[in-house]
Formats: sequence, C-alpha cells, structure tokens
Amino acid sequence: MIYDAVILGAGHNGLVTACYLARAGLSVCVVEKNGWIGGAAVSRELTPGFTYSNCSYVSSLFRPEIMRDLELPKHGLQILPYEGGAVFMENGDTLGMFRDHDANRREFARHSPRDAEAYDIYARDVLRHCRFIRPMLLRTPPDPARFRPRDLAELAWLGRQLTGQSERQIAEMIRFWTMSISDYLDHYFESPVIKAYLAVSAIIGTALGPMSPGSAYVLLHHYMGDVDGNIGAWGFARGGMGAITAALAASLRAAGGEIRVSAGVETILVQNGRAVGATLSNGDEVRAQRVISNMDVKRTMLTHVAEAELPADYLASVKKFKTRGSSGKLNIALDAAPVFPALPEGSPALKGDLHFTDSIERMERAYDDWKSGHFSADPFQDVMIPTMIDPTMAPPGKHFMSCFVQYAPPKIEGRDWTDADRDAFGQTCLDQIERHAPGFKDRVLHVEIRTPRELEAEVGLTEGNIFQGELTFDQLLFNRPVPGYAQYRTPIRDLWICGASTHPGGGVMGAPGRNAAAEILRDMRLAPKDMSDAYAVL
Amino acid sequence: MPMPSCDVLVIGGGLNGLACATRLAQTGRKVTLVEAEPETGGATRALPDLAKGVKAPALAHLLWHLDPRVEKAMTLDRHGLAWAARDIATTVLSPLGPLTVTGAQTSGPDAMAWNRLYSRLTRMAERLEPFRRMAPPRLGGGNDWLALARHALGLRLLGAREFRDLLRLVLINAHDVATDELTDPRLRALLCFDATLGAWASPRNPNTLILWLDRLAGQVAGRKQSLSLPKGGLPALAAAMTAAARAAGVTIRTGARVARIDIAADRADGVTLQTGEMLSARIVVSAIGPKPTLLNLVGARHLDAGLVTRLRHQKARGATAKLHLALSAAPDFGTDLRARLLIAPDEQAVDLAFNPVKYGETPAAPVMELLLSSAFEPGHAPEGQHVLSANVQFAPHAPKDAFSAKTSLLAAAMAQLERAAPGIGALVTASDFLMPQDIEARFGMAGGSWHHGDLSVEQMLFLRPLPELSRYATPVAGLWLTGAGTHPGGLSGAAGWNAAEAIERAGA
Amino acid sequence: MTATSLHRQPLAETPFHPRTSALNRLHNWGAWAGYRTAGCYGDTVMEHTAIRNAASLYDITPMIKYRITGPDAAAYLDRLTVRNVSNLAEKAVHYTAWTDDAGQMMDDGTLFRLGPQDFRLCCQERHLPWLRDSAWGFDVVIADETESVAALALQGPTSAAVLRACGFDIDGLKPFRMAEFAFAETNLLISRTGFTGDLGYELWIPPAQALALWDHLMMQGAPFGLMPVGSDAVMLARTEAGFLTANLDFIPAQQALREDRSRSPLELGLGWMVDWNKGPFTGRRALLAERETGGRWALVGLDIPGNVSAEGAILYHRKTAEAGFITAACWSPTLKRNLALAQVQARHADCRDLWVEIYALRELQYVKLMLPVRATPRPFFAPERRRATPPPAF
Repeated sequence: MIYDAVILGAGHNGLVTACYLARAGLSVCVVEKNGWIGGAAVSRELTPGFTYSNCSYVSSLFRPEIMRDLELPKHGLQILPYEGGAVFMENGDTLGMFRDHDANRREFARHSPRDAEAYDIYARDVLRHCRFIRPMLLRTPPDPARFRPRDLAELAWLGRQLTGQSERQIAEMIRFWTMSISDYLDHYFESPVIKAYLAVSAIIGTALGPMSPGSAYVLLHHYMGDVDGNIGAWGFARGGMGAITAALAASLRAAGGEIRVSAGVETILVQNGRAVGATLSNGDEVRAQRVISNMDVKRTMLTHVAEAELPADYLASVKKFKTRGSSGKLNIALDAAPVFPALPEGSPALKGDLHFTDSIERMERAYDDWKSGHFSADPFQDVMIPTMIDPTMAPPGKHFMSCFVQYAPPKIEGRDWTDADRDAFGQTCLDQIERHAPGFKDRVLHVEIRTPRELEAEVGLTEGNIFQGELTFDQLLFNRPVPGYAQYRTPIRDLWICGASTHPGGGVMGAPGRNAAAEILRDMRLAPKDMSDAYAVL
Repeated sequence: MPMPSCDVLVIGGGLNGLACATRLAQTGRKVTLVEAEPETGGATRALPDLAKGVKAPALAHLLWHLDPRVEKAMTLDRHGLAWAARDIATTVLSPLGPLTVTGAQTSGPDAMAWNRLYSRLTRMAERLEPFRRMAPPRLGGGNDWLALARHALGLRLLGAREFRDLLRLVLINAHDVATDELTDPRLRALLCFDATLGAWASPRNPNTLILWLDRLAGQVAGRKQSLSLPKGGLPALAAAMTAAARAAGVTIRTGARVARIDIAADRADGVTLQTGEMLSARIVVSAIGPKPTLLNLVGARHLDAGLVTRLRHQKARGATAKLHLALSAAPDFGTDLRARLLIAPDEQAVDLAFNPVKYGETPAAPVMELLLSSAFEPGHAPEGQHVLSANVQFAPHAPKDAFSAKTSLLAAAMAQLERAAPGIGALVTASDFLMPQDIEARFGMAGGSWHHGDLSVEQMLFLRPLPELSRYATPVAGLWLTGAGTHPGGLSGAAGWNAAEAIERAGA
Repeated sequence: MTATSLHRQPLAETPFHPRTSALNRLHNWGAWAGYRTAGCYGDTVMEHTAIRNAASLYDITPMIKYRITGPDAAAYLDRLTVRNVSNLAEKAVHYTAWTDDAGQMMDDGTLFRLGPQDFRLCCQERHLPWLRDSAWGFDVVIADETESVAALALQGPTSAAVLRACGFDIDGLKPFRMAEFAFAETNLLISRTGFTGDLGYELWIPPAQALALWDHLMMQGAPFGLMPVGSDAVMLARTEAGFLTANLDFIPAQQALREDRSRSPLELGLGWMVDWNKGPFTGRRALLAERETGGRWALVGLDIPGNVSAEGAILYHRKTAEAGFITAACWSPTLKRNLALAQVQARHADCRDLWVEIYALRELQYVKLMLPVRATPRPFFAPERRRATPPPAF
C-alpha cells in the first residue's frame, strides 16, 4: 500500500506529527530502527524492576496544547510537579530550594540577603522574556529573504510582538538574547552559589559555557515551558519520559496510525525530485505520498539521502549545521536512597534537582575541558531521583537516579570514545556524588553510562546533541536548520523534517512535530483537525 | 550667572573628541577642548620615550578605520597627515612557516577559499558600514527613517542568498566560520585573532564574527580594508587632527584635568578643573568614556539610581596587554618586518589564550600582534635599531593577583617572542609593559578597555553604551557623550562626528 | 538544619507568636511577608469595632524595616524618595514614596528619622537590591532589620489612654512624631503613626522584650477595651480610611510583569508629596515630563449607591466603555457609606458618567448591578481625635 505519510523515527516529534496527520484522516506509518519507540523520550528497563528515563528525564517544555489535542492524559500521560532541590557546596554547606516563596527567600538570604530579594526581580525579568517567546513556539518562522504574503505577514506579526513592548523592554530583550548567562546574572546577584544554581539551565545540553554569549537564551529555552501554567516549572512524567511517547503511540493507534519497530530507514527513496518512500533495515520498503523525517537534518540528509539529490548549497549548509554533543548521562539503580550528610533526613531537596557545582567558574572550567576534547574532570551534574515521587519506576525503597552530565565531547581529542573512556567518565561522575554522599557507591546496583557516542548509536542523535542541533542564534528561528528551509520543508519535494533540528528546537517540546504537521496539512490544503490554537499569553 | 565662556566644551582630546570639536566649531560654535594630559591624542598620543631616540608608538599602533567624513572635513592631508604604509600585510608566524595575507590575497592551499570568504564577508561588511556613520536607530521611533530604509535596503540587495547568509552569520562565532571555511591553521588563526583583537572574548564565543565584520567595514584615506600606518605613527594622526581642530577655531587646553561637570538648574553648564578653575559652557561633550563621565564627573546624585546601576554593570573588560620593546638591532622573525606580525599558530591557540582570563589568570602562551614601526620608516628609532610594539592577548582586567599576573604574562610574552625570533631577548634595551589596569591608569579607559566599555553585541549600536545613552545625549540636559564608548566605538572619529551631528540636530 | 526546617515550617513566627497563637480562637492564619500572622482572632466585626470604639493591638512585625545610617543618610534618602528628607525633623516620621527611573512607584512607606544620620524605612515589599544599588556614591549603610525589631500597632480612640495607663507619657506626642521610653531594661520607641486613620500608635522594641510589652499592654489595656485584631479588621479599617496598599492598590514597579501595570505617584494621587525643588531624585525627570504631558491613570475615591461592596468590579463610562477598575472596596460600618478606591483612565478622573458593574453573590446566584459612582475625597475617615494633641481619653 502507499501511505499518505511515512514518518522516519518514533521519537516524540515524529509521533506528534503522525498523530495530527492521522487525525486529519491520512494513512500514516511510523518506522523506528530500535525495537522500542520513544527516541530520546524513553523509559527502559535495563535491570529488572527498575525503569530508567535513560535520555531526557524531566518535562516542562512539552506543549500543553498538544497534550490536550491528542488526548494524552486519556492515553496515560501524567506530569508530576516536583519540589525542592539543592546545591552541595565544597565548603559542606548547601543551597536549598523550596516551593514556598518565603522559605526559598530565607534560604537564599543565608547566602546573600541582597540576592534573596534580587531573585524576585530576576524571576520577573526572565518571565517577561518567556512571555515574549512563548507565542512563537507553535508558529512556523517566516523566511525574511522572501516576499511571499505568508512570510511578510509573519514578519509583520513578529514586528508587532516586538513593538508591543516599550523601547526599554525591547533593548532588555535583545541584550538578554545576546548575553552570556554569567554576565546577565552579574546584574542581579553576588553570591557564587546562587549564580551557579541559576546558570544551570543555560548550559544543559549546550556546547557553550556559562560565560559564552548566547547562553542566556539557552536558559530561556529551558524556562519557557510550564507545568499547568506555572511558567518555568519542571516536572516528572509518571513512569518516566517514555510515558510521553507511550501516550503518543496510543493516541496514534487510536487514530488509526501504524508503528513498525526494528525497521530503521536505510535510504529515502527519491524519484524525479520527489520523496516516495524508504527502504528499511528489515528489508521492507515503504511507499508513501510524503516522507517525514524525525531524524536530525544531518542524519536525514547526509546518511539517508543520495548526495546527488540535493543542491550543493543546501548540502554545504547541512554540513555546517552544528550538532556538537556536550552531555552525558548516568542511569543508576540504587538499593536504597543515597544519604547526603549536608541535608537532614527527609529533606524535600531530594525530591528535586541536586547539583554539586557551586560556582560559575567551576562550570566554565568544565566547559574548557570540553573545548579541549575531554570530558570534564570536575563535571556539572543535574541529579534527580524521580522515584522519590514516582512510585512506578523502582521497587519500594529502591530508587532510580538520573544523572545528567556536562560536559562530554562528541570525540575525545579528535578520536572516537572507547569503552575505557566511557567508564572513566562514569567513574568521575560517581566519585563526585560519593564525595557528597559517602557510601553512595555501595548502594549502586546497576549503572548505565551514556556518552555522546552511545546517544548517537542508540537514539541517532548526530554527535550526541540532545537538541538535534545547537541552540545558538545562527541556528534558531528562520536559521533552523538551514536558512531558506526553516519551514519544515527540504529541497526535495514531499520530504519534510519534523524533529528538533527545526524551529523551535529541542527539549521534548513536541512543537516542531506539531508545526511540521500544520505545514504538511497546509500544503495539502487540508484544514488541521483537532489542532487547538496556541494558548493565549494574557 | 556669568556669560558662558564658550558654546561647547569638549572633555578629552582623543581622536573622537577632536573630530567632534572640529565639526561643532566648523558650524559656527565657539568650542573649547580640555585635555588632561600634556598632549592631545588619547590612545594615539605618543608615550614617553622608551630609550634615547626610541619613540614608543602609542597604545594604538595601526589604523583600521578613519571615518571618511572626518578625513574630508578636517582636510587632514593639509594638516600634515601622510602615510608611511598602506595596505599593510599581515604575516602569521607559525611552525608551518610564515604566511602573508594582504586583504583577500594570500598563498598556500587555502588561497582560493580565503579569497572567497574574505570577499563574501567584505560584501556584507560594506553593507553594514553605513550604520557606523549615523546615530544608532532608536527602537521606539524618532529615526531618520529614510536613511535607515536605505541602509536596510542595502542589506537586502545583497540578494536572497547572501542576505540569508548574513542573518545566519551575524551572531555566529568566529571559530566555526574559520573551521567551516578554511583548512590552513594560520588563516583560521588570523580570522580568530582579528575577530577578538581588543575584545574580551574567545573566538569560540557567539557574536564574535561581527567584530571581524566591523573591522572589514573599515576604510582609510579612500581605500577599503586598508590597514595603514601614518608617517610618524599614530601620534602624527593625532597631531594632524589637533592642527585641524585649531584651524577650525577650537581652543585646545592641555594639562587641564576636569574634576567635575557642573550642573545647575538641571543643566550641565560647564566644568570645574582640578585646579579649581571653572569653565562655563552652554553644552558639555565628554569623550573620555561613559563610565568616568557620568559616575565620576557628574556623580550619582545627579542621576537616577537605575541608570547608575546599569552603568556600573556595563562591561568594561580590557583583555589586551601592551608591550613595547626597544631593540638594539633588527630581530629575526624569518620574514619581512614590514608587516603586521601575528604570533598565533592556530584557532585553538587563540581560544586557549583566553581561557585563563575568564578566571583572572594569565595564559601560558599568549597570542600577539606585533608591529615594528621602525621597519616602515626612519625616525622611530636610531639608525639600525628598532622599536617593537605588541598587543598581547589575553590579559585579565581584574587579575586575582595583580603583581604575579603582570610578571607571568610578561615572561610568557617574551617566551613567545623568543620562540618566534630566537635571540630577540638579547636585543632588548628597554621595555614597557602595560596590563589592562595600567592602561586604565594611563589612558583613563574604564577597565583598560580600548573601547571605553566592551564592544560586544549586547553593548553595540542602540545598546551602546546603554540603550538610554545610545544617541549621544544624556539625561542631564546640555551634557553629551562621544568617544569610543559610544556608537560605533573605536578611534575612527566616527563617534565624534556622529555626536556632533546629533548635537546639531538637537539645535544645541 | 535549615533545609528541612524551612520545608516543615516555611512561615516564620513573630516574637509575639506565643501570645497571638494562644489568643487565636479560630486558628485563622495568613502569610504576610513570610510570617504567620492572624487573619482574625475570633470575630472580625468585633475586632473592627475595637479599632473604632476602643483600642486594638495588631502585630506588625512582618512590616519590612530597613535601617539607613551614615553621614550621607539624609542626602541618600533625598535622592531615593520623592519627599524632602532634609526637612524631616529628628524624631519625626513622614509618609513617603519612591520611584524607579521612569517615575513608576516602587513602593510607599513611612520614614522614621531616629537621629541626624539614622533612619528607618518601613514598607510593605522588599527592596534591598534597589536600596543598596541606590547607595552607590553615598556614604551610608543599609541593613534589613525586619527580624530584629518587633512591632505592634496600638490603634483606636482609647489607645492614648492605654499608653498612659502603661506609664508612658505620650501627651505631648504629636501625629507623625515619636518618643523613646524605658521599658524592661530596653528602649521602647513609640511613634504616633498607624494604618487605620484613627488615633493610634506604633510601638517598636527588640524581640527579646516583645512578650513583656505585649503582656503589659494587654493587662493595662483591658479596662480600655483593648483587644488583639487580625489583618481582616485592619484591612477594613484602612479601606474606610482610604489608604493605599502595595500589591492591592498598585503594583510595585519591580514586580510588574506586564509593563503597563506600574503607576506613577502622580497617577496614584500622591503628587502632593513630590518635592520638585529639593534637587535631583530618582524618577524626577520622568515625573517632570509626566507633569507636563499628564499621566495615563488617576486614583480616585468613590462613593457607591447601595450597600453592596464593589470589590473587584470594573468601571464603565456611560455604562459601555471600560474606564477603570476598583482596587479596594467596603461597606464602611463606621461611615455608613459604600466606599471604594479605584484606578480610572486619566480622562475619567472627574468620574463623570462612570458606572460600576457589581456582581453580587446572593445564594449561589450573581445579581448584576450597574450603579453610578461619585468621586469623593480621601481620606474617607479622619476623625478629630486623630490629630488632637494632647490626645483625648476616648
């Protein structure tokens, strides 16, 4: 049979696209190379009784419009807000985080009374930027170099968004978008540990240090989501991040879509300049009216499309698209909860994110290691124990611990990672935790260590970049992934891209997938079905 | 109140101050310029002799930009400006052997690629250049819409392909462009070095390519992208501009350090010198930098608290140290000395040299730009001897330990020189080494920053030095800013000229 | 350790908590600036009656208190606030406000001049970063003393009598003045200030002596009808007096998420306190410009027909075009009037042909009222006893 659409890759964006297309009445098939679905939003049981969110591990950016449109809660998705958090400092003290505003202020005030109050001003200012950017997430960027009505209209819309603010605020915004998070935080704060805590979101997944200009935008990228309208808040997906893709898959099946696993794409078939299907690793061939790739633009074009089918300019731009991975991950099964002597028993901090980096300087030095082609000797880790809240992921009393690590380069001094490198990397991270939680290592039942090499091999993220492409201005908005091809289209007719390589980028947002579906339906002159308007920002 | 002694009082006799004063005098205003030092010239003034007969060039030793409006209106050629060298080549010193680059021309495996890249970026730079010659556009309106539309159209006329390319490249980092487009490490190093010269930035930082575009937008005496050395060095340019200013009727008082800007009835009405002498004026223009002008000379009390805070937080981080050496004979760099010499083997070296500066430390292997002005013409040093000036990158503006930072960076710079020109150390007869804080002390530049405040995207154009100060006016009526701290930065005279134009438009 | 204690007990307790908690029959607590404070001890109507009929005791420890000292303290405050601080006498207090560069209200508060170079600024919101940043270039020290000063508001017609019974001679104490008294081996500071519009005092004391003061007042005050009151009664009193509250009647500029939500002191009817001739202060240029061009909003006091409180209502011009909104409203038991504070667009400052749309909830059903409003001067309530010196016995 010839499908209306075949989607390459069962990551969350591919599934989102598939769902919207299936609901619009198209026959849809999703093919996935792994024996399981989910891409980087996945839950896996690698050791008996423990479920790992073994790539992405928390949720905030996933668009609530999509959850509603695709009835994901009905299909099992539940997002749990989390509480607390702590930074363990070298001097044995901690910086704790609390959901209660004044408790949080008093804790910050232990480190700096001034910063404790400055935090509210800072939060207000960042929220202003969030409010500006959120309406852009579910829109297709304009092509500023073309004069089609849709591009002019979209540019005019952007212009109105901008000029709807005061001159002062526009200037503030441009400054924010172009600054380093370190410089930005210097305007508000004096305490190194508070600055370090707040800088975290600016480096997660990023090939930038906190002192690199443009890192403030990355912070915004992580702040612009919400949990039930609470902008900037993060939560756990109950059952791990795979719950998101599992719900999407259920929603897709309910809409009549089909998913084939262990069926990775080999070649995207192109005939007379049109994509017509793909050959698969299992020997099958799928034929379709259109082919939609959830893989990043590099993998799609450089691995699965014959070079001769692509214009030289486009090919050159794809090759220049930056996908340097910067992150690693440890997934740990624990026999019992770790004990951090700096925290009292029962501290809510354990129900949130735990960090061990107490100054921007340490973060930046960790980045210097990455630049030189090494994993960080003193890495930054974002540690979570979802099982403190989620009863479904480990046996009672036992825990799943997720350690997200910056920085890990795609290559070690220009050569590929070896297993020995990987193990040394893992040991470095475990040692850091052990320093703050003596006896921690004795409680470890199983560890999965993932470097950019593993991320690329398993999930298909080129160079292990978790955003399918770095989030710097040269690769954002109408530049993402390739200037002139930022509207989910490619030079090959009927070949589309719907992954995080496209606007608005990564972070388990689902927005690229939904926007791509909207463009495809628009191209087919079909009215999107069950696609609610983006929630208004009042 | 006594009659003002002049219409306009300009503080600071650097190139921008001189340009601004001249233009205002040429339009019929009575202008007095006060300069704290015995000589005008600011960053281009001659430093005290290093050794007998050896003239150390000033802080600035080469010219990338000279605003054509300034050059023409001040008839600098008639006031003694001539050129010792134009279109000066750059030679990158490297273990691979030296590579000489003149504009788009070079040799080696990447000659073609360099030519293409240089030409492409130059085309973009030329479309951006007109923005240098106007007050920054305002985000809230009140613009010269015609000029703005013309310049914007100029960008669009690059064609869809290059326009898109510009939008991609405008905030990109220099390092990625260098590695994407070039293979020769020497050319990559050159691009990365020039994109971060005088900046507090690693070439891997986003927003650095635009700094190179800004350099490529330069022109000197009718030639674009022409690195130039005036006859007599940059102090001679200062002398010509000083002469032109006098000829236009500007009264120049040197050795007159301003203690404060006097404010009465909400207006700046003159200055008080450190001697206690008061000079009154209808308007005061300061070219010495936004921070010292507003924070020190005006004072917090006369300004809103938010502005003071934003100004204090404005980044002014000089990251370049200056080394002057008097040499008893010509050093052997294995190449023609009549070039700008770069010690920067590859792009990573530039990046690595920046790393320690982030933490207030110094690099073990600094990258350096060298100029031997004595190689271009006689008069800079006694016959047979030489004078070398070097920009040493990178240097911390706020070292954790000032003394050891200075000694270790100097030792590292000398070691770099020794590697590039074995035996040079033995030729040194006198030396002078300025860390950023020494530059601040000697030239009054905030943080030792060449631009009186970082010239970085978040402090550029309508954000320079701060959004509310970007059109040269200040909240204090009658007080205006110019100088490198204002748009477009640098010592081309453009900031001075733009400021004068803004003052004229305001009818002040 | 802090991390858990803050979790288990996110709200702090004031030094009076052992007494207030014993008296709080309803265990009705609310959060005020990170403290647990009584919303109502037992009966808001009786507590409000005590404010207007006898004497009331209200724990105002959570009020944010900044201490400003140093040779430049007066000059600093002149640059910070809109009023003339140099003219503020020692041992005097004034109500004041301060703005950002754009002339938008940061907050209002009371400024106490404790000595030539010693001030206390009391306000509703926290401002340490702004106060510290504003201090650059001035020789002053700014400290948050919120937790190191306990405070009580003693308000009502018999409040002076209570103090006299306690042994504090306040006969000569004029409104907006303060005096120090020895008490329990410490200094008790009493200022004739308050937030009820009535005769009243505020008492400032180190936390260690807080309970002794409470006990002394309650014992000596009993014959004068003194009773502790909660925030509900005090807010009713402030509304019928017509006083502004940050975050209820205006949004402090640094908290305004939406840019258009901030207001200037002129727009809030506080233009009277701006000293245009004292020299530069933050926001002066912007306010001068606003004085020329006019503001966007006006804060007005309203008298509304009927007896249904207009809380949260919207104002319409000619019953159709939105013209403003109510920020605070109450049926005033004291004045027998239906009062409100409102922000209206500047062109409707005269309130002509303005109507208020009230949704009155009556047994689960909303009854919609559209009523004409009338501007009425503030303060709504300002009895003679408030200013009389010496103060009357009741």
